[in-house]
Amino acid sequence: MNSRVNGQLTQNDPKDEMTLTPEPSREKGLSQQIAVKNEPGPDAGDVWSKDKVFEVKDVTVSYGGKAAVKDVSMDIFRNEVTALIGPSGCGKSTLLRCLNRMNDLVSSASVEGEILYHGHDLYGPKVDPVQVRKMIGMVFQKPNPFPKSIYDNIAFGPRVLGLKDIDERVEKALRGAALWDEVKDRLKDNAYGMSGGQQQRLCIARTMAVDPEVILMDEPCSALDPISTGKIEDLMDELKQKYSIVIVTHNMQQAARVSDKTAFLIVEMSSTENNRWGQLVEYDETDKVFTNPQDPRTEDYVTGKVG
Amino acid sequence: MKEVLGASGSGAATPRSLEAPSPRYGEKLIKGLLGMCALLSVVTTTAIVISLLLPTFDFFGKVGLTEFLFGTDWAPTFQPASFGVLPIVVGTLSTSLWGMCFAVPIGLASAIWLSEYASPRQRKVVKPVIEVLAGIPTVAIGIFGLVFLSPLIEDVLPFMVKVPPFSAGVAGLAIGLMLVPIIASISDDAMRSVPGGLREAAYGLGSTRMKVATRVVFPAAISGIIASLVLAGSRAVGETMVVLLVAGASPNLSFDPGLSVLTMTAFIGQTATGDISTGSITYDTIFAVGTLLFVMTLVMNMFAIRLVRKYREVYE
Amino acid sequence: MAGSIGGIGGGSERTRLASAGAKAVTIDQLNNQPRGDRLKGNIFLALLLLALTIALAGLAAIIIQAAVKGAPAFGTQLITNGPSTLNPDESGFRPALIGTLYLILGVILLVVPLGVGAALYLEEYADGDRWWNRLIELNVQNLAGVPSIIYGILGLAFIVRGPLDMGFILAAGSMTLALLVLPTVILAGREAIRAVPPSIREGSLALGATEWQTIRKQVLPAAIPGVVTGVILAISRAVGETAPLLLVGAAAFVTFNPTFFGDDGYSALPVMIFNYAARPQDEFRVIAAAGVILMLIVLLAMNSFAVWLRNRYEQQW
Repeated sequence: MNSRVNGQLTQNDPKDEMTLTPEPSREKGLSQQIAVKNEPGPDAGDVWSKDKVFEVKDVTVSYGGKAAVKDVSMDIFRNEVTALIGPSGCGKSTLLRCLNRMNDLVSSASVEGEILYHGHDLYGPKVDPVQVRKMIGMVFQKPNPFPKSIYDNIAFGPRVLGLKDIDERVEKALRGAALWDEVKDRLKDNAYGMSGGQQQRLCIARTMAVDPEVILMDEPCSALDPISTGKIEDLMDELKQKYSIVIVTHNMQQAARVSDKTAFLIVEMSSTENNRWGQLVEYDETDKVFTNPQDPRTEDYVTGKVG
Repeated sequence: MKEVLGASGSGAATPRSLEAPSPRYGEKLIKGLLGMCALLSVVTTTAIVISLLLPTFDFFGKVGLTEFLFGTDWAPTFQPASFGVLPIVVGTLSTSLWGMCFAVPIGLASAIWLSEYASPRQRKVVKPVIEVLAGIPTVAIGIFGLVFLSPLIEDVLPFMVKVPPFSAGVAGLAIGLMLVPIIASISDDAMRSVPGGLREAAYGLGSTRMKVATRVVFPAAISGIIASLVLAGSRAVGETMVVLLVAGASPNLSFDPGLSVLTMTAFIGQTATGDISTGSITYDTIFAVGTLLFVMTLVMNMFAIRLVRKYREVYE
Repeated sequence: MAGSIGGIGGGSERTRLASAGAKAVTIDQLNNQPRGDRLKGNIFLALLLLALTIALAGLAAIIIQAAVKGAPAFGTQLITNGPSTLNPDESGFRPALIGTLYLILGVILLVVPLGVGAALYLEEYADGDRWWNRLIELNVQNLAGVPSIIYGILGLAFIVRGPLDMGFILAAGSMTLALLVLPTVILAGREAIRAVPPSIREGSLALGATEWQTIRKQVLPAAIPGVVTGVILAISRAVGETAPLLLVGAAAFVTFNPTFFGDDGYSALPVMIFNYAARPQDEFRVIAAAGVILMLIVLLAMNSFAVWLRNRYEQQW
């Protein structure tokens, strides 16, 4: 195994029920005062003892028998932005899509290992992917609004989930995505008339409308111009107050700007070069990954020596 | 009970479960219903095969297979009856052959023009017009052949219409008009999908348009073109109304375009409309001929589908 | 069958053939005179255009000769009267028109749920690798190429007689025609459903919608214009079909308006036209030609409506 994971992860007691403590508002900064429930690990930083949302344990994802990403273990924490970076083909999107069971849509996909969501096995026998996706939402690389009005786009989720107060939800979601002022007078217009950046924020609002806990983002800005990208990055800062965000990005600077923790993956090849798969190299606080990486491969990547 | 508390921010937690709230029978039911709709297509094919086969077996119980397939006297309703199917098979092949003789050059030429010579605006107008030809009901084409073509050709080329107004050749010509859009449209699609790079390479070598069209694009698209020809041929073999109106009803074992012929489809069409009792030899004969027709077109269609599928896979 | 059918299978095969062609061209170039080429090229183009003109002239001739021949019989009696052999001037197609209308209604009722259902199943639920799904697909493709008269035989053996034993009634004709156009509707439905991009489905599922919710509220609404266009085009084919109806009892000489289940017989527009045309007397051929024009008008209306629908409602993704 070639991976090393930094930041010793502390164990929460697995509980069947957890009470929710409202998080104190977090400022961006290195020193944070968070009520720590468990004993700190060897490299104790407060950042590793928060509530975990996901625990990924020795996960290998294969398509049709061929591994796409191997032996990934990492924990993802609540109310943080966790970034997955790495060169093309390292399996970051594949890994992301396991977190909300979107890989189920590919019939040849198989997942080994464990992914725990608040302590429960996400791939357990009784788990319903539909329910999973109500709690873990996703924003895709290319904005994919529905061919409906702006209002109906946002309202779709709550309607199929049988929620009430659609009007309020729509407004709240649009405000939360910093889109309300721009579209409040044209809610009945077709969503396709919006610019790319607005469409992506619409997709974010759409995801928020169903009250998920986690928002997964698969390269959300790669199809957008720099100004829209900036708006969405600003948004992420606000979003993490309420949600936990996992973002895949091929843009290192973006990861450095927005994320609290960063996971770096690479592409490994078999000796015959017939098989390629992704492997987790390093996972640590973002500042450390970019300024003081532990693994030489990480350093090569973040300094731009290798693509 | 797997309970996970949704944490959508500061505020009360809403208990939500990872398990499905209900077994979702509705979803499974719908999937089943839709699956049955799809299954209907299989059922139909099976039904066709069964409906054809049973009386066919009856038939071959009474008439020998060799007599049927190789006999040259077709008189199933006469006394004494004879069941040599060759005349009507040749009748079908004759009209189809003459149809293809007309449709292949016209269709391919149109396709080459559309694909290699026509400007986008010209294409936009001409291609749909050709496709209109495919939408004309066959009975209208039959009337065209009977009322217009037959007298016209009789005047100009009397040897083509020896038994006016019926003629295998004129029927073939009318069928050919029907086939032109099939050949033109599919061959045009095939040629258009040849990558531009191949054309540009040839032009870059100083080649003329004609050479590019005939020596580069046409060979590259040959399988799609062949598929179009096979499909057209299958259509010609299965055509009924034109031959009923124009080809006549005499089972002549000949490819002479001037004679009147009886095709397999015309035989079925004429005989099955009369009053025939189920189980009679005439009834069975209809099915035996139907089976032969079905097998012929099935083989042709499967061949064409194979050709088509091989090239679609390359693209998708 | 207008799919995009490509060149030779496998890039290498196509490249090989095209390279051979390019090689032949190169050799030609190095050997031949350029001036002769110009002439050859022009002759070639002239031949192509000649062929094209013949095709288009044929189309024009069909329509024009029917109009010219049938002109004497044009009049409202075509639509209001029934057929009459004694008074050809008074002959009309009314029972046939109503028969065709009822037949089409029956076809729509059968073909839309079955065809769209099958298309949905094949596109949304079926796993393409399973053998039974491939069998279904193969069947649909084959059925689309079966000669129409075979469907007549099927109707005769199974619906009119045989297990269903309905007799020669209009409903039997509807069912036979429905089976005939069903493969086309399934194919058209699949195209329309397939045109909806997967990103829409992913977006819906990622919000926690079920498969059926996604289909019902996203895929189907987006595919409806394409489906409706396909249905109309399939129906317009059914309107012109004669051969299968001959076998399932669409008699020509029906003077009264037909009913779905009545056993007094029924007719259809193309069948009546055929029977007029097959008579040797010229006045009946005139009526037949007028009927052809009538039918072409109906078809033109249907197809124009389909094209209008498609242009108006088609989703640009």
